Amino acid sequence: MQTIFLKGCGEFEEWRDAARLLLLNDIEPGAMAWRVAGEGGALSGFAERQALALPAERRAVTVPPAFVDLAETVICHSEPGRFDLLYRLLWRLRGDRHLLQVVSDPDVMAARRLEKSVRRDSHKMKAFVRFKEVASSDPTGRRRSFLAWFEPDHFIVARMAPFFRRRFFDMDWVIATPKGSAAWDGEQLTVSDAPADKPEIRDDADDLWRIYYANIFNPARLKVKAMTAEMPRKYWKNLPEAELIPELIANAEAKVREMAERAASQPPAFHARLQARQAERGADDIVPAGSWEAVREAARACTRCPLHCHATQTVFGEGPKDARVMVVGEQPGDQEDLSGHPFVGPAGRLFDAVLSEIGVKRAALYVTNAVKHFKYEPRGKRRIHQKPNEAEIAQCRWWLKQEVDLIRPRLIVALGATAYFSLTGERRRLSDVRGQMLGMTEGRRLLVTVHPSYLLRLPDPQARQAEDARFREDLLHVLGAAS
Amino acid sequence: MKKSLKERLAILSDAAKYDASCASSGTTKRHSAGLGGLGSTEGSGICHAYAPDGRCISLLKILLTNFCIYDCAYCINRSSSNVERARFTPEEVIWLTLEFYRRNYIEGLFLSSGIIRSSDHTMEEMVRIARELRTTHNFRGYIHLKTIPEASAALIEEAGLYADRLSINIELPTDSGIGRFAPEKKPANIRRAMGELRLKIEDAAEPTLRTKRRRHFVPAGQSTQMIVGADGANDATILGTSARLYGSYGLKRVYYSAFSPIPDASAKLPLVKPPLMREHRLYQADWLYRFYGFEIGEITAVTADGNLDLDLDPKLAWALAHRERFPVDVNRAGKELLLRVPGFGTKTVNAILSSRRFRRIRLEDLGRLGVSLRKVQPFIVAEGWTPSRLLERSDLRDLFAPKPEQLALF
Repeated sequence: MQTIFLKGCGEFEEWRDAARLLLLNDIEPGAMAWRVAGEGGALSGFAERQALALPAERRAVTVPPAFVDLAETVICHSEPGRFDLLYRLLWRLRGDRHLLQVVSDPDVMAARRLEKSVRRDSHKMKAFVRFKEVASSDPTGRRRSFLAWFEPDHFIVARMAPFFRRRFFDMDWVIATPKGSAAWDGEQLTVSDAPADKPEIRDDADDLWRIYYANIFNPARLKVKAMTAEMPRKYWKNLPEAELIPELIANAEAKVREMAERAASQPPAFHARLQARQAERGADDIVPAGSWEAVREAARACTRCPLHCHATQTVFGEGPKDARVMVVGEQPGDQEDLSGHPFVGPAGRLFDAVLSEIGVKRAALYVTNAVKHFKYEPRGKRRIHQKPNEAEIAQCRWWLKQEVDLIRPRLIVALGATAYFSLTGERRRLSDVRGQMLGMTEGRRLLVTVHPSYLLRLPDPQARQAEDARFREDLLHVLGAAS
Repeated sequence: MKKSLKERLAILSDAAKYDASCASSGTTKRHSAGLGGLGSTEGSGICHAYAPDGRCISLLKILLTNFCIYDCAYCINRSSSNVERARFTPEEVIWLTLEFYRRNYIEGLFLSSGIIRSSDHTMEEMVRIARELRTTHNFRGYIHLKTIPEASAALIEEAGLYADRLSINIELPTDSGIGRFAPEKKPANIRRAMGELRLKIEDAAEPTLRTKRRRHFVPAGQSTQMIVGADGANDATILGTSARLYGSYGLKRVYYSAFSPIPDASAKLPLVKPPLMREHRLYQADWLYRFYGFEIGEITAVTADGNLDLDLDPKLAWALAHRERFPVDVNRAGKELLLRVPGFGTKTVNAILSSRRFRRIRLEDLGRLGVSLRKVQPFIVAEGWTPSRLLERSDLRDLFAPKPEQLALF
C-alpha cells in the first residue's frame, strides 16, 4: 500500500501535486494512505512523492472550479482525514461532474462541514485577534509596531495574513500562533508555519477597551448563551475583555434591581430652563393669516384624515399665485411624497413633455392635487398606489377649495375622475365629460381629461399612441386660457 | 473638575447602549493596501466581541455628548434625567476610534449624540469627526452616523460623503406614541428626512452622464430603530410601520429594541424586564416579510390581538393556522412554497433546489442538511416519507410549544 507523506500545515499545493500523480496513475482512494510527515517517525514527504511513478503521457486533470475552492479551504482543517476525503471526492468527480451540487451526498457533506469549520475559524480570527503595541521596530519611528497572540483551531494563518495586511497597512505587525505566524513590515508579508511561543506583553489601551466593554453591556438583557454561541470560551483566554465576563454576569441582577428601586428623582435645574425656552419658541415665523403661505403652512400639519400618518409629507400645490390655469391631479405618488413637490414622478414628467409639445410653460400653471397625502400599500421595497376614498377626498377638498379661492384661475383642468369628483362633487363617467369646457361658478371654466398615469399604464402601444394624441388635443384648450 | 477620559468613556458608552444597531456590513469594498492609511471593509461585517447580553460589539458605539435639550421619556439622556453628563472633544473621539481600530477591537465608529444648542451645531461636530477620520487620518474602516432630522440638507449631504451608513430613529411605531413620549420630536420631520435621504442615495447611485461613475454616498444605506414595549402598540402596528418604512425609504434595516429599564427612569414608563422574546419574534417576522415572501397581514392575522405568538416562531404559527397548504412535496414544490415550510431557511431551500436536480430527496438527506426533522416532518412529503395524518392532529401545536413548567411543591 502506497503511503503519501505531507507537511499538512494547510498548504494546498503539496496535496494537489500528490493527488494529481495518484489520479493519473489510477490509484484508488482505498489503495493508499495519507500521513503527516513527522507523525510516528515517518519519512519526509518529498522522498515518498518521488517514489510515485510518473505516467507515460501527461494528461491534464480538470476539475470544476468549485472543487478547487472547496479543497483549498478544507486542506487548512486540522482533521487528519481531510486528505483522504478530498482525494475520494476528486476520484468520484471523474465519473460525476455534478457531485458537488448533490449537497446531500455524505462525502460532499463531510467536506462542506470541514469547509464551514475552517471558514468559521478564519472569521473568528478576523474578529478575535487582539494587537498590543510594542516598541517600534522602525528606525525612523514613523511606523508603530504591534504584536498579537492567537490560537486558531486550524492552519489558517497563511490564508488570513493578506486580510490583515489590507487592513493594517500603515503599521508593522506580527501575529503569532501555535500553528505558524505572519508578519508585515510595510514591504514584505512573511508567513511561517513554525509554531510560535506565547509572548508576555501589556498594552494600556486594553484598560480603555475593558471600560467600553463593561459599559456597553446592558445588565437588563442578560443572554449568556447568545454570547457564548458566538464567542466560545476557548477564545476567552486571549481576549482582554473576557476577564470581566464572570463579574458582569454575577452583578447583572443586582444592577437591574438597583435601577428599579431608585425612584425617579427631581429633574436637574437646566431641564426647567430648557422647557421654558422650548415653550417660547414656535411663536416666531408668523405668516399673514389667510395668505397662500399661511394655508400651505396649515396644510403641512393637516390631520383631517388618517393618510398623514403613513405619508412622508403634505404635498401642496405649486405655481404662480396669479396663474390663469390651475391643474388638479389625483394625489401625490412615490416621488412626490419623498420630494414634497407635485407632479415630479413619471406621470409628472409625461405631463411636462406634452405641455412643452403644445407650447405651454409648466411654470405658468398652478399645479396641485385633489388629495395632498400619498395613499399606498407597502409591497416589499415598493409602494403600491391606492385610490383615495370619498371621505379622504372630501376632507382634502377643504384645502383645494382654499387654493382655488386664493389663485382664482380662469380655467381649471381636472386630470382624472378623482379631481373631477373633488371639484364638482359629482361622480360621472370620465368619457361623458372629457374634453368639454364646462361652466363653474364665478365664470370659471372646467376642462376634464384623463390623468397622465392612465396613459402610462396602457399596455398596447397603438392604443397608447391614440390616447396620447387625445390627451394632447384636450390640453390644447389650455393654450388659449394660459395666455 | 473635569472628568478623565476613562470616566467619560464609561458615561458616554453607557449612554449609547440602548441603540440596537451594530451592523458593519453592506458597504463598498475598500482597503488600505491600495490607498494607504488604515482600515478595510470587505463586504460582510465582523463582530469583534460579544457582551453577556448576547449583543455583538462591532463598532465603537458612543455619544459625542449626553447633554440633550430634548426630553424623550424612554431615553436615558433626556433633559429631566439626573444621569451624569459628559462630552468628548472631536479629537478624543477620533483618537479613540483609531487606537481601538489598530488593536482590532472594532470595525469602526458608530457616533450618535444628544442634541446640544441646535440640531445643526450637533450635526456639524459629528460631520467634522467623520471628515477628519477620512481625510486627515485616511481611515477606511466603517463609519455610522446618527443623523438629526432637523439638521440642514447641506450637512446631511456632507455626512453622506464620509459615512457608510446614516440612520434616524423613528423611535416609536405611531405618531401618537411619539407625541406622548418624545414631545420635541416631530414624526413628520423624521419621515421627511428619511425621504430626502432616500432621494439623495438614489441620485448618487445613478451613473453620471460624463464619467459614468456612481458617486460615493452612504454606500451602506440608511436604517432606523423602533422601541418595543414602551407604548401600547401591538405587533401588527409595529410590523405595519416597518413595512411602510422599508417600502417608502428603502431602509436596509429596521432595528427593534425591547424597551429596557434605564437608570432614573421616567414615571411614565413600565419598569419591567425588557420583552426580549417579543423582540426576537418581531425580528423573525421582519425576516419573513423581507426574505420569505410573507405579507405582514398574513403573519399577524394568526392571533386575534395582532400580537405574535411568543411560544411559536411566526412561520410555524402561520403554518399551524394554514394546514390546508401542507404537506409540501420537497421534490416538486416551487421555491415560494418551500420557503413557507417551518424549519426550512433560505439556505436549506437553495440546497434542496440544487440537489433535487440530480436525485430525489429523502428525509435523511434533510437531516444531514441540518434541518430539524421533528419540526419539518408534519409539513412535508419526501421520497419514502408521507406524514401520517399528522396535520389533522388537534394537538399538533403541543408538539412544538414549550412544555409547561411544573409548579414546585413548597
